[in-house]
Amino acid sequence: MADRDSPKTKAQLDAEFADLYRAHLRDVYSYAYYRVGNHHDAEDLTEQTFLQAYRHFERAQRESRGRPLRPWLIRIAHNLAANLYRDRSRRPAAPIEDTSELTALHTTEQLVEGREELSRVLEGVRMLPDDRREALIMRFALGMDNREIARALGRSDGATKVLIHRAIKQLEEIVSESPPDPVRAGGHNSSTGTPGEGARDD
Amino acid sequence: MTDRVSSFESLLREALAPVEPPAALALRLEGTLTSITEMAADELEAWELGAMRDPRNWARPAAAVVVGSAAAAGLVLLRARRRAQENPPDLLSARSAAERSLRDLSEQTRRLLARRGI
Repeated sequence: MADRDSPKTKAQLDAEFADLYRAHLRDVYSYAYYRVGNHHDAEDLTEQTFLQAYRHFERAQRESRGRPLRPWLIRIAHNLAANLYRDRSRRPAAPIEDTSELTALHTTEQLVEGREELSRVLEGVRMLPDDRREALIMRFALGMDNREIARALGRSDGATKVLIHRAIKQLEEIVSESPPDPVRAGGHNSSTGTPGEGARDD
Repeated sequence: MTDRVSSFESLLREALAPVEPPAALALRLEGTLTSITEMAADELEAWELGAMRDPRNWARPAAAVVVGSAAAAGLVLLRARRRAQENPPDLLSARSAAERSLRDLSEQTRRLLARRGI
């Protein structure tokens, strides 16, 4: 009996998944990009996130009980990114640092261009512990509130609020302790071996 | 203090501006999702058609009914034959025993009457 209902239910689910995809493609991609640091991996991560989301969409809808599914999507991306980092850490031939090129051919790069302060902020974000960095990405790149971030990270609202507060505080310290570096304007970041932020102060 | 924090958060918001996904990614991803959706629909439809229309899916239940019926009929026949094989000797022996008893009884009656001169 339930099988006869499947086509209609599936059509509804597909339509709702399409809405979810359209609403959050940019969120997932932004998260992925700031998380992994390059377009190539961000595209793969985004694709894998939506494929996995499609597989488990019905269950997620049932269990969300009407709550927004964005934290669930970002949590999938978060887990996949963790797997990506873990797998790569087992392969020294392809170190993570080689893919950290947040500035390459990127709209943010264009925005940051000539803005040493913003580039130092981005650099500081990269230096944060994973959980703090992710919380800031969710808050400032995706505009998620504490409750959404808590759901995505699997923490309580209170713990998330503390996490974000500490992340901002630590980032401020990092940025204030790293004065403008004229060498960086030359196009190379000696601390990470990644291309520079393209700051052109001259 | 609050202004400084607010200013820093504004800076952070600017640095972490949302990133538009490349158009090629959206095209590729939508194509992949569409094909997966269609494939899943085709599989579902194929399964339904198979279940409802493919006579091969009817063969097993039908065979089960036939075999079951035959087995039941066979069991009845087997029992009937067994009874037929087992019961007649009993009946015959009982009937013959009764006949023998009647013959013995009439024989003894005749002897008794003959002794008394009747």
